[in-house]
Amino acid sequence: MFSYILKRLLQMIPLLVGITFLSFVIIQMAPGDYLDQLRMNPQISESTIEKLKQTYGLDQPLIVQYFKWLFNALIFNLGFSFSYNMPVLELIKDRLPNTLFLSITSGILAWMIAIPLGIVAALKPNSFVDRLIQMFSFTFMSLPSFFLAFLLLFFAVKTGLLPTGGATSPNYDSMNFFQKVLDRLWHVSLPAIVLAVTSLAGLVRLVRSAMIEALQSEYVLFARAKGLKERDIILKHALKNALNPFITILGFEIASLLSGAALVEIIVNWPGMGMLMLDAVLSQDLYLVMGGLYIGSIMLIIGNLIADILLAKLDPRIRQREVEGVLK
Amino acid sequence: MKELFYYIRKNKFAYVSLYILGIFYFLAIFADFIAPYPYDIQHRDTPYHPPTQIHFFDEKGNFHLRPFVYKYELVDPVFKTYEVNYNVKYPIEFFVKGHKHYLLGIFETDIHLFGVRDGKIFLLGADNLGRDIFSRILYASRISLSIGLIGVALSFTIGALIGGVAGYFGGKVDNVIMRLSEIVMSFPSFYLMLALRAVFPITLSSVEVFLLIVVILSFVGWAGLARIVRGMVLSIREQDYVVAAKSYGASSLRIIVKHILPNTYSYLLIAATLSIPGYILGESALSLLGLGIQEPYASWGNMLASARSITAISSYPWILSPGVAIFLTILAFNILGDALRDAMDPKLKRLIK
Repeated sequence: MFSYILKRLLQMIPLLVGITFLSFVIIQMAPGDYLDQLRMNPQISESTIEKLKQTYGLDQPLIVQYFKWLFNALIFNLGFSFSYNMPVLELIKDRLPNTLFLSITSGILAWMIAIPLGIVAALKPNSFVDRLIQMFSFTFMSLPSFFLAFLLLFFAVKTGLLPTGGATSPNYDSMNFFQKVLDRLWHVSLPAIVLAVTSLAGLVRLVRSAMIEALQSEYVLFARAKGLKERDIILKHALKNALNPFITILGFEIASLLSGAALVEIIVNWPGMGMLMLDAVLSQDLYLVMGGLYIGSIMLIIGNLIADILLAKLDPRIRQREVEGVLK
Repeated sequence: MKELFYYIRKNKFAYVSLYILGIFYFLAIFADFIAPYPYDIQHRDTPYHPPTQIHFFDEKGNFHLRPFVYKYELVDPVFKTYEVNYNVKYPIEFFVKGHKHYLLGIFETDIHLFGVRDGKIFLLGADNLGRDIFSRILYASRISLSIGLIGVALSFTIGALIGGVAGYFGGKVDNVIMRLSEIVMSFPSFYLMLALRAVFPITLSSVEVFLLIVVILSFVGWAGLARIVRGMVLSIREQDYVVAAKSYGASSLRIIVKHILPNTYSYLLIAATLSIPGYILGESALSLLGLGIQEPYASWGNMLASARSITAISSYPWILSPGVAIFLTILAFNILGDALRDAMDPKLKRLIK
């Protein structure tokens, strides 16, 4: 198993280099750089700018700059944010937990609703309940996340049943531990509902079709013939097999949650990576953008790795082919 | 094509969706005739005017054959609250003279489909500058509806060609292209969009921004398609007719474009219908953040930008109406694409096998 994980990790390295290099090139293509804005500021002398230039190697060729950054990034030295005047790692450390918290909460919420709905819909395909669930998933699949966020914000302002933005209440620091947990959950509820509802719609459809296929298979027929309880057949036999492909999706889900969350974060003022990245891109804060993309792709890679490991653990066919080297 | 249409007719929802989309595109083309006001006319005296209700019965319960609207008076200029003045009625007239416009961009005219002579008619209310939201939605639909079609056309051409080349040549070319597409696909797409937008100056003319958005969205979108086309081409290239074309000396490009890619068209059509919503959403998201279509031009996204203030949403909820337009359009495209997929499925399976 260990060598399998190692192999997977090694395969990810070219991807990481590719992503960072591409983003480096894109950012460099932008007209001017952050130093231009500093130059406009009369309070900053020419020599300070010269010094900044040398420290970050901004006067060297692109490829040298890139490798300089890459080697530092490997030890998580992500450079300095020009606009926030702070190390990039500190900034990201501040924001990343919020984004992860939001993504994971909404992910759990989405799966918790999607799986039961998908199963119910699959039990009697084309029945009234199935059609209702399908219509529901179609509607929410087509609802733009930002529009849903606006609608829920409107609802929140009118009724006070949902929070209206931010990650914590103003008096957060004076709360005890239990209140803090509740406060955080309360504030995450609106963006998490938005993200969960918009992503669960697609999941329901996938669970439904996978379950329909699994329920028609021969092992389900066999389990029925053996006289197993319907409940056991659905949950233990059919569901377990139907969910295999979803573990792969889970890995990619992390990337899409990350980027899907960004827009919603900006709208509901959630202090996560989305807002940070928007600011960074707008002010051409090179190292901050690179740091954000770097951490983002690392999260994606970890997500895929977790999915791979889970898949190898759960599916004997994959375990034998990939890990134990049989059936090649 | 005939067969496709037959399937769509059989599916009620898809048929309705097709009609709705047809109406939307019709409205977009004739926007300047149907909209009572041009997109940039400001009524500074009536900011955040609420939607005017159309009445057939007056306050005494008398029926009027010609519908009319009451006058709305600004009672609180600070919080922009309005009151209906039941004493002043404005009858709605059809083919009324209004602002000058060019029908289809050619015929100069000042006739609008409907309007009121003296007062104001804001079917969906007005925004902070007193611009009619209904008219702006119509004008904005030109951008939002066309960006989907143009964006999909561009990225599908790129994606199909690249995928075709990768699948046809195989080997090193295939390897390089596939690694590249993996990189593009691994990016959190929203961040990639932001970064690409930052490459270009914020202040561009509206036509440039429009083209830029199309290019950005296509750059983000080609990769997934290229991978699928590649997979299909891998199996098609072994077919006898491809070998035959090779043997009479057709060039590789000709074989890819004339003999291989046409086999993937039915798949491409479905994928295109299902990916148009992504382009509409991408444009809206960029414009919503102020990085896309700039004022005074209207797009569904930048009209929603004013809703980013919570006080504005709660006091003037009608500014959210462009979101309904986005929702309906995307819903229609999704239903249509799904019906197409169902219709083509057995055929598709045979094709891939």
